[in-house]
Amino acid sequence: MSRRLALGYAAAALALAVCPFTLGPYWLDVLNNVGLYVLLALSLNLILGDAGLFNMGHAAFYAVGAYTAAILNTHLHVPILWLLPVSGLVAATFAVAVARPVVHLRGDYLLIVTIGLGEIVRIALVNDVFGLTGGANGIFGISRPSVLGHRIRRPDEFFWLIWACVAITVFFFHRLEQSRFGRALTYLREDAVAAEGSGVNTARYRLLAFGLGAAWAGMTGTLYAAKMTIISPESFGFWESVVLFLMVILGGAGSIPGVVLGATLVVGLPELFRGFATARMLVFGLVMMVMMVVRPQGLLPLRLPRFRASDLGKASGGGPGAGSAEPGAPRPAPAEAEVGP
Amino acid sequence: MEQFLEQLTNGLAVGSIYALIALGYTMVYGVLKLINFAHGDLFTYGAYLGLTLLTSFMLQDRLGLALGILVLAAMVMGLVAVVGVVLERAAYRPLRESPRLSAVVSALGASIFLQNTLMLIYGARYQVYPDVLPQDAVHLGGLTIPLVRVGVVAVSVVMMTVLYLFVQKTKIGTAIRAAAIDQGAARLMGIDVNRVIMIVFVIGPALGGAAGLLVGLYYGQISFTMGWTYGMKAFTAAILGGIGNIPGAMVGGLLLGVIEALGAAYLSVAWKDALAFAVLIVILIVRPSGLLGERVAEKV
Repeated sequence: MSRRLALGYAAAALALAVCPFTLGPYWLDVLNNVGLYVLLALSLNLILGDAGLFNMGHAAFYAVGAYTAAILNTHLHVPILWLLPVSGLVAATFAVAVARPVVHLRGDYLLIVTIGLGEIVRIALVNDVFGLTGGANGIFGISRPSVLGHRIRRPDEFFWLIWACVAITVFFFHRLEQSRFGRALTYLREDAVAAEGSGVNTARYRLLAFGLGAAWAGMTGTLYAAKMTIISPESFGFWESVVLFLMVILGGAGSIPGVVLGATLVVGLPELFRGFATARMLVFGLVMMVMMVVRPQGLLPLRLPRFRASDLGKASGGGPGAGSAEPGAPRPAPAEAEVGP
Repeated sequence: MEQFLEQLTNGLAVGSIYALIALGYTMVYGVLKLINFAHGDLFTYGAYLGLTLLTSFMLQDRLGLALGILVLAAMVMGLVAVVGVVLERAAYRPLRESPRLSAVVSALGASIFLQNTLMLIYGARYQVYPDVLPQDAVHLGGLTIPLVRVGVVAVSVVMMTVLYLFVQKTKIGTAIRAAAIDQGAARLMGIDVNRVIMIVFVIGPALGGAAGLLVGLYYGQISFTMGWTYGMKAFTAAILGGIGNIPGAMVGGLLLGVIEALGAAYLSVAWKDALAFAVLIVILIVRPSGLLGERVAEKV
């Protein structure tokens, strides 16, 4: 992480830390929503930004997580925060299962298929599938979360919970970016054929990206269910997926600070200009068109690390992309090389 | 059996509307390799413009029903075509050389923009068409088919036939087909590709607008969001028939309409919309080139 970025995060954390002491419950609630959308947008970024897979049904994974948590909480009375890993796992399993047959589809076809999947999930929820989802009314009476015996109720209490999750996620996803997995996804996005040729099992990494992104969305769904105590299918519709897509594209696909900024702007700005509430989507549409002409890479675009020949001498092991010690020396074969689909 | 035939004719009527919209998707995709997400909203524009023109000019009273509706349809198709051409200029032409994602996002943005202009002008509530068409029905054995339903199918079939002949027999149609196969080569043969794209953005939206007017006249109720559902289904129809393929869009549309109507009747009404999406997903997995499409590796 560059020093500028670290300073930026520190400043943002500092600014957020004083919010619970200065802002009223309404604005804290807005910030909580921003936090939830940051989590969702980051999880979509893994699929759309890092792996380059056009997923416009992300709300489906969010819904699966939220409903898993809600059903287990209301029927079996499992404390809601304990369900975070469960709902993450269920969402990931669901995502891998549905993405498996379609993940090879090219860009815009995948987009259409994921829209279809998202709609099928929403229709299933409305139709009270398995008699568990409560139909169009949804599920209510989800219990409040409690941390270390302290029950979380007020917006300022949720504020700490949600933004702690955001901080952990941002840290984790930055680490992921630098990992073997993250680099494989970068290759995959830039050139799938070359990635396949370099021994990246593209189908597997695509599915992993879907699974991990869905797991995060599912866990965010749990937080959402805990915060609202009521969930219904209308919170997981097509427009939710579009808005998440917009956050990633607007902020800068693949760029974590960009996506955080994108989510903050998309949720926060309409709150600041409440007079334009009805024209909100109109403005979004215009912004999408204008952005693609003026600044298609997003507001804070991803900067891939650049390596010069002189860096190769300095780096002996460690550091992404600088694996071989000597320029011109034969590159050692990766330990866990994967070949073929 | 009666229910089956009833649903079959119902499905054909809905399907011919899907087919009309699908033609716009398939033609644009054929030439630009772009999913025009805003096409469904052009269809909605047709429905709303039709309503406004219908109630403000009352042409059906002044010119007689048949001529009045015909003039109305021509006006709607012309106006929606203008919107289509403007859309192409504003949202797609600047992105012709950009990566795919940019054009897709711009198309989505255009869709959201068009939809919300309608909401701001007409309000978010349903709009109702006045009853102008006769309520007569044809009796065939035990079967009663509303005349309007027959009309919808007939009008669509006529329009599709005209389009097919236009694309196959005229010089401009040949240019469209050439540009769809290879834009670069078409340009070298002296075809003005920009003009071809403009013509495609006249024909597609005009047909979509006509479909919108038909929906308004046939169902009587329109909403500003309906373009999304109809658009997705029409796109499914285009894929089903083989995207880029004009007869494919017609076959796909009719087939999807029938599948949906029969599914709603015999399986479940609540799952009707999910059925269309399921068809879409299955066809993309099993035969992405569609029923009439050629197997082209590049497509998926």
